[in-house]
Amino acid sequence: MMTSRNHIMEQVYTVEAGNFVLAGEASGQIKKVLKQLGVDSNIVRRVTVAAYEAEMNMVIHSVGGELILKVTPERITVTARDRGPGIPDIGLAMQEGYSTAPEIARELGFGAGMGLPNIKRCADSLNMQSKVGEGTILEAYFDIKAR
Amino acid sequence: MVNEGREIEYFMKIRQVVEELSLSVLAGEDFLEQEVHWGYCCDLLSRVMSKGKKGGLWITVQTHMNIVAVAVLTEIACIVIPEGIQVEEEVLKKAENEGVVILSSDMTAFELAGKLYKMGIGPWSE
Repeated sequence: MMTSRNHIMEQVYTVEAGNFVLAGEASGQIKKVLKQLGVDSNIVRRVTVAAYEAEMNMVIHSVGGELILKVTPERITVTARDRGPGIPDIGLAMQEGYSTAPEIARELGFGAGMGLPNIKRCADSLNMQSKVGEGTILEAYFDIKAR
Repeated sequence: MVNEGREIEYFMKIRQVVEELSLSVLAGEDFLEQEVHWGYCCDLLSRVMSKGKKGGLWITVQTHMNIVAVAVLTEIACIVIPEGIQVEEEVLKKAENEGVVILSSDMTAFELAGKLYKMGIGPWSE
């Protein structure tokens, strides 16, 4: 799972659809790893919040996927890649307050329509692609030296 | 580190909060010496994720496993469950393992927040 070569580290965490009990485990692991690497606490916090929101999005909306942490000396990348169902309108999904979360997720305090906006706010840049029927890939980048 | 510009940073130990408000400690008995600097009252986890800060006290009626994850990730010091709402054993066990304090009270969130505010615990400063 973990490779460390030329100061590049990559870790892959499986995210299970609909599993609200395990939800947050992957982002918790990411936080631990970054702390161990001695990354600045403000960056750790931003990466962690983004990773958590991406993880929850996959738990709530996807059929399953994975969260990937990549660390180089210059930047941290969090990638969330799922196997569907895909987002028909990313612009709409990015709007704060817009949510398609089912009742069960809302009862647990999710589905406020803040997930993607939170990720955008935390990351230094964001790249997102989605295809209905195929899946979504979200990449959040965090510059280690900036800010 | 939580002192962000204010000259004197007011805080209380969790233990003092527990004693003054007669709260029950459901999890994290060993972590009551942590400092409480801020309070926040919210049941939408994404809001807490975006606003939560180290040294926070968070009042919520949510009692499922994810409140522990949110507290761990934001480094909120303790969670207070109002209205005597029961918390499942697995959640408490997880909190215990992660070093998250979970407190409980028969008071409503409104009463708790009011009393904490009077005791000098303010909102997070941006």
